[in-house]
Amino acid sequence: MRRNSYQIQDHSAEANLFARRAIISFVFVVCMMGVLIGNLYYLQVASYQSYQTRSNDNRIKVQPIAPNRGVIKDINGNVLATNEPTFSLEIIPELVDDMDETIAAVSEVIELSEEHISAFKKSIKYQRRFKGMPIKTKLTEKEVASFSVHQHKFPGVSIEARLARYYPYDSFLTHAVGYVGKINKKDIHRLEQNSQIQNYAATRSIGKLGIERFYETQLHGITGSEEVEVNHRSRVIRQLSVTPPIPGSDLHLSIDVEMQKKAQEILDGNRGAIVAMDPRDGSILALYSNPSYNPNYFVSGISQKLYSKIVNSKDKPMLNRVTQGQYPPASTVKPQLALLGLHNKLITPETTIWDPGYWRFPNLDVKRRFRDWKPSGHGHVNLSLSIRQSCDIYYYDLAYRLGIDEISKFGHRFGFGNYTGIDLKEESKANMPSREWKKERFKQPWYKGDTISIGIGQGYWTATPIQLAMATSVMVNKGTVIEPRIVTGITNQGEYQATPVKIREPIDDVETENWDLILKAMYDTVNADNGTARSAFVGSVYSSAGKTGTAQLFSLGEDEEYEVEKVAERQRDNAMYIGFAPFDSPSIVIVVAVENAGGGGSNAAPIARQMMDLYFALGIPSKRKVAPLIDIVAPVSTTVKAGE
Amino acid sequence: MAKTEHEKRRSSLFFRFHIDIPLLLGILTLMALSMCVVYSAGGQNMDMVIRQAVRLGIGIVVMIVVAQISPFTYQKWAPHLYILGVAFLLAVLLFGDMGKGAQRWLDLKIVKFQPSEVMKLALPMMMAWFLSVFTLPPSSKNTLFSFIIIAIPTLLIAKQPDLGTAILVASSGFFVLFLAGLRFRIIIGLLSASVPFLYILWNFLMHGYQKQRVLTFLNPESDPLGSGYHIIQSKIAIGSGGTNGKGFLHGTQSQLEFLPERHTDFIFSVFSEEFGFIGVLMLMSVYAFIIARGIYIAVRAQEGFAKLLAGSLILTFFVYLFVNIGMVSGLLPVVGVPLPLVSYGGTSIVTLMASFGILMAISTNKRLLAS
Repeated sequence: MRRNSYQIQDHSAEANLFARRAIISFVFVVCMMGVLIGNLYYLQVASYQSYQTRSNDNRIKVQPIAPNRGVIKDINGNVLATNEPTFSLEIIPELVDDMDETIAAVSEVIELSEEHISAFKKSIKYQRRFKGMPIKTKLTEKEVASFSVHQHKFPGVSIEARLARYYPYDSFLTHAVGYVGKINKKDIHRLEQNSQIQNYAATRSIGKLGIERFYETQLHGITGSEEVEVNHRSRVIRQLSVTPPIPGSDLHLSIDVEMQKKAQEILDGNRGAIVAMDPRDGSILALYSNPSYNPNYFVSGISQKLYSKIVNSKDKPMLNRVTQGQYPPASTVKPQLALLGLHNKLITPETTIWDPGYWRFPNLDVKRRFRDWKPSGHGHVNLSLSIRQSCDIYYYDLAYRLGIDEISKFGHRFGFGNYTGIDLKEESKANMPSREWKKERFKQPWYKGDTISIGIGQGYWTATPIQLAMATSVMVNKGTVIEPRIVTGITNQGEYQATPVKIREPIDDVETENWDLILKAMYDTVNADNGTARSAFVGSVYSSAGKTGTAQLFSLGEDEEYEVEKVAERQRDNAMYIGFAPFDSPSIVIVVAVENAGGGGSNAAPIARQMMDLYFALGIPSKRKVAPLIDIVAPVSTTVKAGE
Repeated sequence: MAKTEHEKRRSSLFFRFHIDIPLLLGILTLMALSMCVVYSAGGQNMDMVIRQAVRLGIGIVVMIVVAQISPFTYQKWAPHLYILGVAFLLAVLLFGDMGKGAQRWLDLKIVKFQPSEVMKLALPMMMAWFLSVFTLPPSSKNTLFSFIIIAIPTLLIAKQPDLGTAILVASSGFFVLFLAGLRFRIIIGLLSASVPFLYILWNFLMHGYQKQRVLTFLNPESDPLGSGYHIIQSKIAIGSGGTNGKGFLHGTQSQLEFLPERHTDFIFSVFSEEFGFIGVLMLMSVYAFIIARGIYIAVRAQEGFAKLLAGSLILTFFVYLFVNIGMVSGLLPVVGVPLPLVSYGGTSIVTLMASFGILMAISTNKRLLAS
């Protein structure tokens, strides 16, 4: 009731109070809204650029697109290495909750071996978890079909169609062309160091051997990219833009598949190497090492069992005998020694020695006898006969008089004891011995006796078949030193470019007539009645020249006879042959090395004959366009190649 | 005078049904906008839009029904409603359903509802009733009583725990006190007393996830993939909208689902991303208009209870708006308050529309008295 008496007055006072408070409230509301708007202005207008960027970073992902690897073709355009679509079963680890369970479930649909599973588990350890990794490759059509039906049960598991490297000629070209294999930890490390890893973002395999390895950069191409919009679960919603990849370059070889096929046929059952080269520009016409193996096994991961079978084989199929096989050159280097003798004026074409079947140090009280391959000796021997008949005594004497320093220096000029510069990383320097080398290697001085066996290409002297091919080319070219090369041209985006021919410092201080004398003697080796290669080349339609070699692997006592039956198979002589044709304008140099086959004249020369016959029958001389020699002097490579 | 007559005739139908046209227009604008943004935020899911439309429709019906009840009736109901509300809150604590780690729902077999929503209306009513019994401004004793009235439901709701609703409920009570003329020195005293209160709140009342929210609010970039994710993505959405926005249905943050809780608490981020700063200004204008109209209704109300209730309801509406936009734009911690009338979802729309119904009842009742 108290309230009623003051009602009017109170009412207006209360109304005023309330109105004041309402106005304060409204002002407060307006101020707070101002704060909100101010903050939103800061976010949307003042900081727009920064948030715009962050928004795009959220939604836009750049995905790499792998370029197609360049193909490799032979002289006739036959494809030696190509890319074939294959289906593989892939798992993205990130999308799989329980890997073991998933693999077990998948293996009920597609058979997975223990080997597949363990290889897969190993491979996902060092790969990014959102990158799909193959667990089984080369799925059959049936497997693809049966998995597709069950696809929905396996999130994160999918069948992917990819291009996989394929070598249609199996084992014909393994050592030359090589192969690609899965990128492994070591490859990743190397790519990182060369800052190439970005370019391999979408690539799964890399050249591991041969041309595939040497020309990896050219074959690989440049990875493209696509900008895609993704949602918060990184699922691709749409493509925003694309930078197409630039496919790798195609490589052209001067090798003819038919030559490789023939080489494999001939060497079947033997360990050995055949290399043929065009002496005019160093192009390799054939390069085959036996035994070989199928490179396709390595492309998508070779099984452990098969791998150890290849690696542990006593015949060492992984060894490229052409570039890594270190053989005593034996008598095949007698032409070079004779040339040096002529050049140093220690002999003349008319100089004659007496060969009683053995050689002894003159003036020295050393009893040791160095035997000729012919126990009865060759009697009077001059320069021509010494090569034609491969007289050892002539060269014992010559080497003794030349001395190791001269021989070593001259040998190096022909390319012995160094990399030839062939476009393969698997190459050995072999050994052109010298005083310094022996001191360093054995901590021993060079003995005079060491020089004598050097005279017949034995002792410490070893050479690879490719070195012999290069040295023979130098002989044929009368001093021009051309590095061998397998790839003769590269097609990059439709544009063909010949690979340059590399020339080294020539041997230009030797008289032309001296060269001619040696070449004539080599001609006689093949064509004269008593030439060691005569029987192998009877009836050939082309004129050729050459030199046989028989490398002793087993040291005989002074009075022992070499008897095939008594010597273990792996201790028997290596058969060697170097040759070239046609004699007047050589377009092929050939080197044959057959391990433990016996005498070079009867076991290596016939192989060279067959190869040359095929070479001319195929008409390769008319197919070849010889690259012009550019006047660049390539420095002798000093970098260590793989396989050393 | 002729103009007024004309106006009256035109609005007579609305007037008879206690509808305030300016407020209705503001509400309908927001509702239309709500359906558009829900359509975009929900990934163009028409079902979602329809469900939202139905809910908004129910809200309008509730508003109209509530508007028919005279403010005097509310005044009579106020203490009963408050006591009932507190009882429900206690019931929730004892028998409530768990949902998302919080006890908010009461299952009455026929309907499931959140008693805290009832309290959003019951508390301001109770406060307005209590304070309007005495002369304003309130005496110290009554002020103390008021604090108790506010504290009981607030603590019960905070205990559930539902920090967002607790803030809304508490502020609705404080607004009544403020509008009733609470002395500024008490307000200042309260603010200084809030320091120890915050200490108690942090150490004894807040749950781990709530503390985490506050901590990540202070430095969201510290945990970009964990609890900071929401706020970072929300700021990116708002900021990348720029001045003009990315366009309707073209907000990448929302369409590609980088933004969490797009159609509920973070719907403002979707709107800002797609319509930009210009859109934001327009949306704010609509809200400002509704609030201005609400305050106008409160000032024009004839009776103390109505004034206080109307003022408190409209200011609480603003708190909704401020807390929601504040939290999605990184000014406030994420406490789970929807954007009023726009966010997708349930109970809050009904409560909000009921409060607008009360505002309309107050607005039209005054005029009835005047005539």
